[in-house]
This record gives sequence, structure tokens and C-alpha cells, in this order.
Amino acid sequence: MITGLFEALFNGISIGAVLLIAALGLAIVFGLMGVINLAHGELMMLGAYTTFVVQNGFKILGGPLFEFYILFALVFAFLVTAAVGFILERGVIRYLYGRPLETLLATWGVSLILQQFVRSVNWVLVIGIALFCLLFFGAMWILSRRPDFQRIRNWVVAVMLPLSLGIAGATGAFLGQSFQLAVTQPWFGAQNLDVTAPSWLRGGLPIGSFQLPYARLFIIGLTIVCVVGIYVFLQLTPWGLRIRAVTQNRSMSACLGIPTEKVDALTFALGSGLAGVAGCAISLLGSVGPNTGQNYIVDTFMVVVVGGVGKLVGTIVAAMAIGTANYLIGSGTLALLLTPVKPLADIFTFFATTSMAKVLVFALIIAFLQVRPGGIFPQKGRTVDA
Amino acid sequence: MLQVSNLNVYYGESHILRDLDLGVPMGQMVCLIGRNGVGKTTLLKTIMGLIKPRTGTINFANQPITDLSPDKRAKLGIGYVPQGREIIPRLTVKENLLLGLEARRSRTNSQEIPEEIFALFPVLQSMLSRMGGDLSGGQQQQLAIARALMGRPQLLVLDEPTEGIQPSIILEIEAAVRRIIESTGISVLLVEQHLHFVRQADWYYAMQKGGIVASGATSELSQDVIQRFLAV
Repeated sequence: MITGLFEALFNGISIGAVLLIAALGLAIVFGLMGVINLAHGELMMLGAYTTFVVQNGFKILGGPLFEFYILFALVFAFLVTAAVGFILERGVIRYLYGRPLETLLATWGVSLILQQFVRSVNWVLVIGIALFCLLFFGAMWILSRRPDFQRIRNWVVAVMLPLSLGIAGATGAFLGQSFQLAVTQPWFGAQNLDVTAPSWLRGGLPIGSFQLPYARLFIIGLTIVCVVGIYVFLQLTPWGLRIRAVTQNRSMSACLGIPTEKVDALTFALGSGLAGVAGCAISLLGSVGPNTGQNYIVDTFMVVVVGGVGKLVGTIVAAMAIGTANYLIGSGTLALLLTPVKPLADIFTFFATTSMAKVLVFALIIAFLQVRPGGIFPQKGRTVDA
Repeated sequence: MLQVSNLNVYYGESHILRDLDLGVPMGQMVCLIGRNGVGKTTLLKTIMGLIKPRTGTINFANQPITDLSPDKRAKLGIGYVPQGREIIPRLTVKENLLLGLEARRSRTNSQEIPEEIFALFPVLQSMLSRMGGDLSGGQQQQLAIARALMGRPQLLVLDEPTEGIQPSIILEIEAAVRRIIESTGISVLLVEQHLHFVRQADWYYAMQKGGIVASGATSELSQDVIQRFLAV
């Protein structure tokens, strides 16, 4: 009985930790900034793919270093997705602040682009994009030094855009012609990829008849590190203070001399980077594919909304509660505990599969949000309207 | 110090400020008076950069600032105390004060609040760890002025600092503003309805329908002008 309870608790926390690490970035992007980022799942997927690339790189290096590739992969996944998030904020989202519907559609589009990107990315595509960026933004940068740049800006764009596109496209076509498959073969393709966990993450810690998988323990530890790190960053550093000020009152923060655009970009990059870390973590649990992000996006939004938008504590509690509820119902533990009460036991036996448990958890969440629309820890006071 | 010339501001299609000119000389306190809805707050927001003017120029310290963003203007030395105070509610009083440091041009790594702030507003000392949103109106007003002073501004822009505040605190705020001017020699642009406070200023501008209709030394502020432009 005790081991059974312990097992249930561990598995609940372990599912909760995955939910939490996935939702943590969104708690910042959606919770603090109020941006509905539907591409958050794809940022996680990019993190998982970065892990795969780093793993392959270390396989080539070989030797004992391979055992620690996951630590490098975490850092790389954070940096890559933070960079993608930064470009996304500068390029799309900053024009859409305060317009949730447009943000929703735009980020959904971005998520589709990213999915197709990992399916079809190859050397031709990468070289083409790099060449285009170099030509177009390079030209803009050089011309922006001219004193009359503001006046000729539209002309410059009209000339440089097709020109750079043409050169990049022609180069891509030429490369494809001359090197054939070597450059046109997709890097990843549409199929799922498997990340091999280092040997110290395989197996588990035996406790009685039951085993704690090391990969799960690693994710729980990683989640704790991320939560503590975020808390310390937001509460104790100057940039954290700026983020909290800007998210509460953007115009007044600007009047105090805070560079709000930089703060917005940094906040979004931070949230995206956390999605990358989460992607790295989920790559340890199973194979990852272009659609991996889709499986997590609903869960992450659910966690943030149930916890109370804008509250980090709420996200933590909600992730743990949903994770535990999911396991207790899905594994049939609840049905087992309720055997004395026949009708209740029957109901819970009916829901005792992973997908049916999700149905019941969703129903419970809908009921909960009817009673407390603000989530577990609703925002209080005047900030709600702002 | 501050020179606004030929300013025209619109909200959509409605013309709010019409060909407005105004100047704040170095080290002086200038008061802007006028009834509700004549565009006083709009003018201050335009000076801060929260609203873009359609035409006209704003110069600060002999430098055009019309195209600068609010944070750049704050960094140049304009301290803003807005109407409604705009204290960040979910930050502590200390954190609100530390935000004031952002406007300083030289980076300071010190996380200490200078003594002179508490000398001006002793009430803040005992409240450092309280949430800004939990303070009373008068305390928030003092905090807002203290926050602006943390950035060592050259021009302090105050928008109705005594609005909705009990009389004893009004006197405290008045005395504090006077002491700030005496000790630091900065310029002040004040929007005010409270006659006693208006008389502290060196110069006044009276606004009506989005334009300046009268100005002069406050020592010559006649009963007639007061009747026409102050809602008492």
C-alpha cells in the first residue's frame, strides 16, 4: 500500500514536472506579457531537434564526452530557441501587442511554418535564407547610414527585396543542380527521430519492487532548477525588475527611462528559451517529430490558465495538480481505492486509460473554471484591467 | 530648459492642442492652469513622448526631442509624475524607487535609496517592503515624486500632484517640491488646480481650448485670471 502510494505520487509529480517545464516559458510569454503564442509548442519542438543535432555532433566526437552531451544540448536548445523567439518578437509580435486575435492567427501561422521548416530543411534552403538575410539586411544596414534614408526607405525595400530574393533563389537552384542529393536531401525529414539518452539516464533507481526512472528524476531536477532560476532572475536582478515593471505598466515604465522594446524582446526570448529547455527534456521521454509541439500546446495553455494567468505559483500548483490527477485516474489507482463504493469504482474504472483520463481531467477543469474563472490564484486589484 | 513651439496634437480627428507655445526657463517653477478638459495633461504627455504631435517641435536643453521615445527623454533628464500617480502596484515601494534609477545617465550599481529621499518624504522609510498598490493616495503621490527624483532629473513634470489628497499631505507635498527646487535648482513644470500651490510658482500659463490664452509672473496673478481659469 505504501509503495503503491509512493509510486502514484512519484508518477504524478513526474507528469506534473513535464507539464510544468513545458508551461514555464508560456507562463512568462502568455502570463506576464499577455501574448497568445501558439508557436510555443513548435519552439519546444525546435529545442528537441537541437538536442538531436547536438547528440549527433557528440557521437562524431565520440569518447566519454558523449555521456554529457545532454548538458550542452540544454544550453544550445535554450540559445537556439531564444534566438528564434527573439526574431519572432522583433519580426512579428511587436507589431501586434494589444491585438490578441491577430497575434493568435499570426503565431499559428508561424507554428505551421516551423513545422514545415523542420520537415524540409536542407542545405539549399539554409544557404538560400542565409544569403537572402545577408544581402537584404546588409543592404538596409549600409543604406541606413545615408542621411536621407527615411525618404528613400520604401524605394530601397522595393528594389532590394526582389533582388535579394532572386539572387538567393538562383544560388539555391544552382547548388541543387550541381550537387544534387548532397544538398537537396532534407536533414530530418518528416519521420520521427529518436534521441538516445546517455547511459547514466537509462535505467532507474530501484525502491522495493518499483523503479524510479533516472530520466524522470532528471526532468524533475531540471524543472526545479528552471523554476528556481526564473524566480531568482525575476525577483532579484535588475532585468527581472524591469520585466516586472514593464509587464505591469508599459507606458509608465517607459517614462521612467526603461527601454521597453529591449525588455519586451528579452522577456519573449527568455520564455522561448525555456520552451527549448522543455523540448530538450521531452526528447528524453520518447521520439520527437515535427508534430511534437502540437501535443503539448493545449496542455501548456491549460496549465497556465488553470493556475491563474500571470502567477508563477499558480502555474506550478496547477501543473502538479493536473499531473497527479491525470496519473491517479489514468492508472486506475483511484478506482482501486474506491472498490468499497461500487458505483464510483465503476466510473473510475471506465476512465482508467491514459486518453480517457485526459477526458475526465478536461471535464473537471471546465467545471473548475466555471466556479473560478480566474484560476487557482487569480490576479487581484487594478492590474487586472491593465 | 524646455521649449515647446507651435505644437498641434490630435486624438484621431479631434484637434486637442492648437499652435501651442510654452517655455520653462532653467531653475524656475512654471505652473499651467486651466479648467478640466482644456488639454493640460495631453500637453504633458506630449512632452513626455506618450503622444505624438502632428506638427511642432519640443526642445529640451537645446536639443530637439520631438522624435525621441519616452525612455530616451527620461534619460535626458525629464522626471515625470503623472496624473493618477501610476505607481507599479505589484512592486514593493523600494522596487518602485529603484526603478527611478533607470533614468540616470551614469549606471549606478548601488541598490540603496539615498538619504535625501527620506529627508523629503519620511513616510516612505517605514514602508519600503509594502506593495506600491497598497499605499494610500497621498503616500503614492509622495512615492511618485520620490521615484522621479531618484533619476536626478533636470526638469520635473508634475501633473496635478494634489488631486484627491487630504489637505495636510498637500502642504507636505508643497513643502517638499519647494525644498527640491531650492536644494537642487531644477526646473519644474506643474499642472495644478490648488491656488495655494499655484502661488509658489514663478510663472504661470493659462490654457483654454487647447491653447495658451494668458501668461505672466504669478506675483501678478489677478483675481480675474483666477476666476476664469481655476476651478475653485
